[in-house]
Parts: sequence; structure tokens; C-alpha cells
Amino acid sequence: MLELSGVTAGYGAFTALWDVSLRVATGEAVAVVGPNGAGKTTLLRAISGLIAPRGGRVIFEGTELAGRPPYEVVAHGIAHVPEGRRLFPQLTVAENLKMGAYLPTARAHFRESLARVYALFPVLAERQAQRAGSLSGGEQQMLAVGRALMSRPKLILFDEPSMGLAPVMVLRLFDLIRRVREEGYTILVVEQNVRQVLKLVDRAYLLEVGRIKIEGRAADLAEQDFVRQAYVGL
Amino acid sequence: MLDPIFLLEAVINGVLLGGVLALLALGLNLIFGVIDIVWIAYVDLVALCMYAVYFLVTWGWPLWLAGLGAIVVGAVLGALVHLLIITPILASPPINQLLATGGLLFFIQSAATLLWSTDHRSIRVNMPTIEIGGIFVSFTRLLAFALAILAMVALYFFLTRTYTGTAIRAVSQDREAIALMGARPQRLYLVTSAVGGAMAGVAGALLIIQYAVHPYFGGAFGPLTFMICVLGGLGNMVGAFFAAFIMAQVISVGGVIVSTEMGYVIAFVIFIVLMFVRPGGIFARRA
Repeated sequence: MLELSGVTAGYGAFTALWDVSLRVATGEAVAVVGPNGAGKTTLLRAISGLIAPRGGRVIFEGTELAGRPPYEVVAHGIAHVPEGRRLFPQLTVAENLKMGAYLPTARAHFRESLARVYALFPVLAERQAQRAGSLSGGEQQMLAVGRALMSRPKLILFDEPSMGLAPVMVLRLFDLIRRVREEGYTILVVEQNVRQVLKLVDRAYLLEVGRIKIEGRAADLAEQDFVRQAYVGL
Repeated sequence: MLDPIFLLEAVINGVLLGGVLALLALGLNLIFGVIDIVWIAYVDLVALCMYAVYFLVTWGWPLWLAGLGAIVVGAVLGALVHLLIITPILASPPINQLLATGGLLFFIQSAATLLWSTDHRSIRVNMPTIEIGGIFVSFTRLLAFALAILAMVALYFFLTRTYTGTAIRAVSQDREAIALMGARPQRLYLVTSAVGGAMAGVAGALLIIQYAVHPYFGGAFGPLTFMICVLGGLGNMVGAFFAAFIMAQVISVGGVIVSTEMGYVIAFVIFIVLMFVRPGGIFARRA
């Protein structure tokens, strides 16, 4: 479904990603783990078009997306739940979800998508008239996920979804992502919370100082050197 | 002692003036709130829209149609200002942006003088004065007030009920996130500028039936409009709306109690004092 080959990207003179190749098959859940500053966020930003890669290819369902602006990438079916959630704090919960369905194709199915999101996250239905900025951290993360679902994506990119959440909420959040996955979405998640995320995904990559170090099946990798390495990096 | 009837008349006139001032302030504030640039020449664009109505009526258009024409002229002017002046300097320091729109002000005033001379031009509108219990209210002002309120209600519904309007509010909060939703920030800025320009068109149409237009018309309402925006909190639409009515009352009532000129003096003094007391505007939340 998604295939990156030789992607190099960075900001200004700084290069955050070196020659990164990875792939995500339809229906799969894949994680990219690694210490802070490894380039995980840059990787997702290069896929969703928030930054243009300096080199390499980003192929999604046969289409080259490298260098395309974010509003085109999302139209191809990739939703990005960014680091720090990036909700519109002054807009209500309902308005944030409406913005998630901004694309014409998503607008046509607005009511249907909204019903699905509210069924998945009933608390959002209760708080629909509340400003997004007034929600708790956990509720904000649900809204960020719900907003991404509103665009009716095929692939969802999660950037550090557990960041800033209380430990109890982190466990609930991974349950929620699991439920999103069961709905049939393909997932690429970037996380520092290695132990939890490896229970969620099928395969994982370890990213260190901008390069992919190891790749493998989550079950094989959990509780091995790989995990320890990532933790040492923390 | 002042006759209470005069005072009541001044209060009513203040409310009517407030409607048009609020419209001016909302147009300017919309653009500032979303694009983060103050269009110094905003009221000069309004003056151009007044000229548009004047010439269209002179060419034989009915007034209502000329008014609609001014809205189109305003929207086109707003879009052009954004494309030709703002877009190339979006990433520049704020002072350069301020100077650029300030330069536009001198350009408009000089071009208008060159094209149409410094003559004061007005259109004759035969509308009655209404008398209710000894109070005289100009029908023209009443109409201008009603249409200004209507335009603001339309703006409110645009910003809260439509996808584009909601996205315009969203882009001011997080430009990157709205791009991830599938909207083009540049296009939203252009729409915002066109809508702000259309508001200038409405204001122009409502002002030309009350005042004569001349190349330096912007000098009369420009500073007042900025003062209202700052007083309400720059970018705060609700604040600007109420600040407009407060200032209009001060000008109108102060004008009757002392003199018309003093009404403006009092308004500006109140503004200066309030800026010392509440620099973030009267509706700013305390930190």
C-alpha cells in the first residue's frame, strides 16, 4: 500500500532522515520506534507532505506522493494525526470533526462518518458543542483520531499518540487504536512507548539517528535486544 | 440644561452610526484575525467602493444594483490586494507588511485625486425623515443600520455554518493542521481577503448614501476603525462589534453635549486612556 525507498529529508541544513526505506501492506499495522530525535516525526511529515523529501520515493497505491502538498496527500487517502494533536482549540468538537471532512468526497459522507466516530468515541458526542481546547488530554487525543477518520482515509499515520497522557489514559488510548484498526484501517504509528506499541502492531522498524536499524515482526522483536536498545536511547 | 429629547436622539443616532462602524471594523478585523496583517488602506478601499456606487448611479444604474455592484468591486479589490501586495510579503517582518499596505493608502488617495480630482461627490437620495414622539430619525441612516446588521449576520453565518467559513477560522488557529484536512491555506487567505473586500463594498454602499466621497475619505473613518479594532482586541470579532457601538455613543452623545469635533476628541482621549489601562483591548481576558 505504502512504500518508501531511499527517503532523505530534513530542515534547512539539518538532515533528519537518511535513506529510509519501509513499506506498509494493506490491512497491516506497522510501528516505527526509536529514541527522541531519531527522525520519527520527520518521517511522518515527509509522507503527509508537510515537508518535501530531498530525495527518494514515496509511493502510495502506485502514485508518487513525494513533494506533493499535504492537501493533495490527504485526498489520496492518507490521514495524519500529528504530534501534539494539533486540534483547532477555539473551534467546537463538532466543528473540528467537520474540518476533518473538508474534502469533497468526505463531505458527501459526512453524516455517516460522524455517526461512526461518535459510536467509536461516545464522549465526543457528549461534548460536541464544547471547545476543543477545553477537553482533557485523553479526550483531545480521541478528537484528533476522530478528526482523522472523518476524511475516510485508507491509511492513518499516528505521531506519538501517547505523548502527554497519564499512564491510565495511555492504556485506554492503545485500546482505542486497536479498535480503529479492527474497523479495517491500515496504520503506521510512531511511538516512544515501545512495549505498548509492539503489542498493537504486526511489524516494527527501529529508527536511530535518522536511519532504519532493524526491521521485523513485532512478536519476534518484543522483549529482545531491539526493545532494550530503544529504551537505552530513551 | 440639555433637552432630554436631544439626548435620546443622540443615543439613537449613536446606535445607527455604531452599526456602520461595526461593519467597517469587522471587515478589517476578519483579515487581521486570519492573515495577521493590518490593512492600513482598508477604509480607502471602502472609499473606492463609494466611488463605484457614485459612478454606477451616475451611469443610470438603480441604487440597489449599484450597491450590489460595489460589493463585487470590493471583493475583487480585496482579492487583488491579497494577490499583488500581501502574497509576496507574507513571510516578511510585520513592519514591512504595515508599510506596504500604508503605501497602498497613499497610492489610492493619489490615484483617486488624479482620476477624479478632490471634488466631494455625493448621490442625492430622497428618503424621508421619520418622526416618533418628537424624535427625528433619518430613514437613510436607519436603512444603513439595518443593512449593516444584515451584512454582519450574513458574515456570522458564513463563518460558523459553512465549510469554507469554518476553515477560515481554523486556518487562523493552525495553518499546518488545516492543510492536513485537505484545505489550501493560500486559497483560504484569498477567500478571506475577498470577503473582507466585499464587506468594504457593503460599507461603501451604506456610507455613500450618508456622506460625500472624496480621495481623502479614508482619513475620516480610517483612524476610527483602527481604534475600534484595537479597543475590541485586534482579531476579536465580538469585541470589535461592541467597541464600535461604545465609540459611536461617545461620538454621538459627546457631539450633542459639547460639539461635533469634541465628540471625536473625547472618543480618542477615552481610547488613549483605555490603552494604558487595558492594552489588550477592553474585552481581553486577564492573564
